[in-house]
Amino acid sequence: MIEIDAITKSYDQTVVVDHVTLTIEPSSVCAVVGTSGSGKTTLLRMINRLVEPTSGAIRIDGEDTRNTHAYELRRKIGYAIQGHGLFPHRSVGQNIATVPKLLGWDKDKTRARVTELLELFQLDPAQFRDRLPRELSGGQQQRVGVARALAAKPNILLMDEPFGALDPVIRSKAQEDLLTIQRQFETTIVLVTHDMEEAIHLGDKIAVMDEGKLLQFASPQQIISKPATPFVAELIGTGERPFKLLSLARVGKFVEPGSAEGDPIDISATLRDAYAELLWSGRAALPVSEKGQVIGKITLDQLSSHARPQ
Amino acid sequence: MRPGIIVRLIAFAVLLTFLIAPDLFEPFFGMLTKNGQPAIYNQGSLLDLTLNHLAIVFAATFAATLIAVSLAILVTRPFGVEFLPLSRSLANIGQTFPPVAVLALAVPVLGFGTAPTLVALFLYGLLPIFENTLTGLVNLPGTVAEAAKGVGMTWAQRLFKIELPLALPVILAGVRLSTVISLATATIGSTVAARTLGEVIIAGLTSNNTAFVLQGGLIVGVLAVLIYDSLAALERWLMARTGQAKRAAA
Amino acid sequence: MVWPNNPAGAGCRAGPYRRHIVFVSEILSEKTGGRMSDTQTAAKSGFILPRFDKLGVLIAVIALGGVLLPFMIFRANRIVLGEPRMIFEALATPEALVLALLLAAGMVIALLRFRAGLKLAASLIILIALFVLVGRSAYFLTPPDDNFARISPGAGFWLLVFAFALLAADALTRLRLKPWPRIGILALVALAFGILLATGSLNGVSTLKEYATRADRFWSEAQTHVLLAFGSVLIATIVGVPVGIISFRLPKLRAALLNVLNIVQTIPSIALFGLLIAPLAWIAATVPGASLIGISGIGVAPALVALFAYSLLPVVSNTIVGLQSVPEAANDAAKGMGMTGAQRMGWIELPLAFPVILTGIRIVLVQNIGLTTIAALIGGGGFGVFIFQGISQTAMDLVLLGAVPTVVLAFAAAVVLDAFVEMTSTGKPQ
Repeated sequence: MIEIDAITKSYDQTVVVDHVTLTIEPSSVCAVVGTSGSGKTTLLRMINRLVEPTSGAIRIDGEDTRNTHAYELRRKIGYAIQGHGLFPHRSVGQNIATVPKLLGWDKDKTRARVTELLELFQLDPAQFRDRLPRELSGGQQQRVGVARALAAKPNILLMDEPFGALDPVIRSKAQEDLLTIQRQFETTIVLVTHDMEEAIHLGDKIAVMDEGKLLQFASPQQIISKPATPFVAELIGTGERPFKLLSLARVGKFVEPGSAEGDPIDISATLRDAYAELLWSGRAALPVSEKGQVIGKITLDQLSSHARPQ
Repeated sequence: MRPGIIVRLIAFAVLLTFLIAPDLFEPFFGMLTKNGQPAIYNQGSLLDLTLNHLAIVFAATFAATLIAVSLAILVTRPFGVEFLPLSRSLANIGQTFPPVAVLALAVPVLGFGTAPTLVALFLYGLLPIFENTLTGLVNLPGTVAEAAKGVGMTWAQRLFKIELPLALPVILAGVRLSTVISLATATIGSTVAARTLGEVIIAGLTSNNTAFVLQGGLIVGVLAVLIYDSLAALERWLMARTGQAKRAAA
Repeated sequence: MVWPNNPAGAGCRAGPYRRHIVFVSEILSEKTGGRMSDTQTAAKSGFILPRFDKLGVLIAVIALGGVLLPFMIFRANRIVLGEPRMIFEALATPEALVLALLLAAGMVIALLRFRAGLKLAASLIILIALFVLVGRSAYFLTPPDDNFARISPGAGFWLLVFAFALLAADALTRLRLKPWPRIGILALVALAFGILLATGSLNGVSTLKEYATRADRFWSEAQTHVLLAFGSVLIATIVGVPVGIISFRLPKLRAALLNVLNIVQTIPSIALFGLLIAPLAWIAATVPGASLIGISGIGVAPALVALFAYSLLPVVSNTIVGLQSVPEAANDAAKGMGMTGAQRMGWIELPLAFPVILTGIRIVLVQNIGLTTIAALIGGGGFGVFIFQGISQTAMDLVLLGAVPTVVLAFAAAVVLDAFVEMTSTGKPQ
């Protein structure tokens, strides 16, 4: 659990982060959204003390972060940034082994961990361990960056625009991978992004920031259906709201008995996918399948009723 | 900026006074002499030597600029592109030749005096200008060169209207480097009897007179700083005019 | 290094066509890495002889000039004016024929578009043959039992050496060899000349006659030269890198320091050498023990201090530039993962800045090997002793005895350090 308590950061006269208070639950993903200059990155960097707060406190599992040395604190917290920040002169394996080495792990344990992570991120260890970062594609570099952040099995992972430099196709794949890994290890993730779509997709909770202030801290559903300020509404985009709501739920929860004409849709698809398919094929209902077996149907009426605030 | 200009103006005024009326500074340099040695160089006019020194440097640098820029243009055109890799290597190798050696080896061909110094300074001055002109022409902002081609400029139009004007600040940085190196190297020319400020220094070395060494060295040093700074100011002005951020010069 | 794409593709007459076909991007030049294949270039630029290598034409012209100028100079003694000897006058006929054939073959190989490896081999063989034959010629031209005659290579010989060295340099550039093979070729050439010198094949040449009369002096001056040049760079590195690191952290100090070091660079070397005489003499006279460790007004001490002063700027400024070039994201990530300041310096910043720092060291080493010649003017010794003696006696052989080793030393240092710089920059993003 990360408790951020009335944290403020100002440089000379400029207040960059202004009395922000929020609590991030263990094993959840918190997406911090805002435009550039909103203070979101500064907020993130105060968690691992890359920026020292002017006032206020941050507690991790009840322990004030100022009670440990900054560098010791950071070794316990994973950190991944935009453009990956890999060390260009060290191999992929050495990059991933950075924090284990700092913590004094023995060689075998470190090597095993590097192998495990490379496999987890679908990079063949034999092929990739000794490559230099510049010999990798952008997507591969980004995966190594996240693998490096997770090397010492941190409970908390801080990410600053981790997918910012990726093209859309690779980006959505990287997002899915991140969610899978997060569920597997139950890591608490704080992720900074300027992209509301990404925040809605990844976040259990979303914190919207503007000019150093926290405007709203709520679940994606609440952010979409009840934006606290006009600025939050603008970030979501009013024309997009129904579709964003639909994208939050999956078909499985809304299956009705019965069947319908045409190709079925998988139970794990989002309501938005189902809606798109209905419109595109001009049908009023879709059969829903699970592992190839049709188990029921989903109707246009039902989707419509979920595309507005409950 | 302002105090800097004032310091330089004062330095220039002091230098000028010293060259016109060196005897005014006798008490200062007198402190460095022993056993009644002369405090001010007395085997010729300091002003004449300075002007001669400058004339040699400027003649050599001017010639070096003409040749180096032409060569750099040649090897970046389609006709000369085969020479480009080699010319880079040669510029690199050329820098390993010490100026004293170039100077000494020019003597058998040209005899003693100003000529070998001119040649040595010319050859030595080529390298920085050539390298910088290459850098300037090769590292043009990519979009500009493409756009110039795209709108259908001929190669001559591109060279004179786009490439050279944009590369000018970088070329000038090379000229500045070359000039300052030449100012110092010209003093060595006095070992082969060229009439430069090196005469004053060498006279000091041979008669063990620190005052001579210091005044020779100071004149060259102050000249170098003043010329260096004025050329740097000119570059900045050109940079600002062509709207370029300061690009890395050699 | 990025080769330009612009010069390769566009011929002079492309202008008007481009008004219709805008932005036909130069796929050809992309494919060949900016350098078009030989036939394409020749065809594009409209050169009339597409099968000839343009540089080869230049080399052949220079070599032809070399053949037409005197190959050797004969002087009855050290001071008198020389008499020219052409190739067939300077060598026994069979040897002259061999040389003529080799030169002809070399010019043909240079002219036509052969592979770079062949050109390199041919140029190296001819260069070695030229030096062997200069040695043979010296014996051939020296009258029996004449110790006064001086035989030296003439302008023709030097032009031929220049022409084929150019061919070798071009071939090497085109081969784009990796660092170790480059050092290997340097070592091979050094070995060849070592054998040539050790077997006494060149002993008849005038410069080596100058050497023979002062061999001991030569080696002691060589030692001094190396000591001054390498010693000053070593001290400058030991001092300059930490100073660079500190001033990288303190911007105010950085500006002031770089200004002072810049001004030091503008002081002419002879003056700086001279100006250090007085203070060092004073230290030697007043500080107890100073003269015992070799500090004195003239000689090695002021030379070492002056060379050190000149070396400091490139070392310090390259250290700063190197540290500034460390990618900000890498540094931020290092901090974020919990590295202490010292760990970041040791693991990330210094290793990444190292190639740039090494480049600075390369610059000052090459510069100082040359500058050390000036030390002779203040009694500091080194190869400059022979150069300045040679100038004052108008004995060019003696000048060469000082100049050639200096150039060779500087050149070898440049090749080796360039190779090291390339080896250490593997981690740099391209």
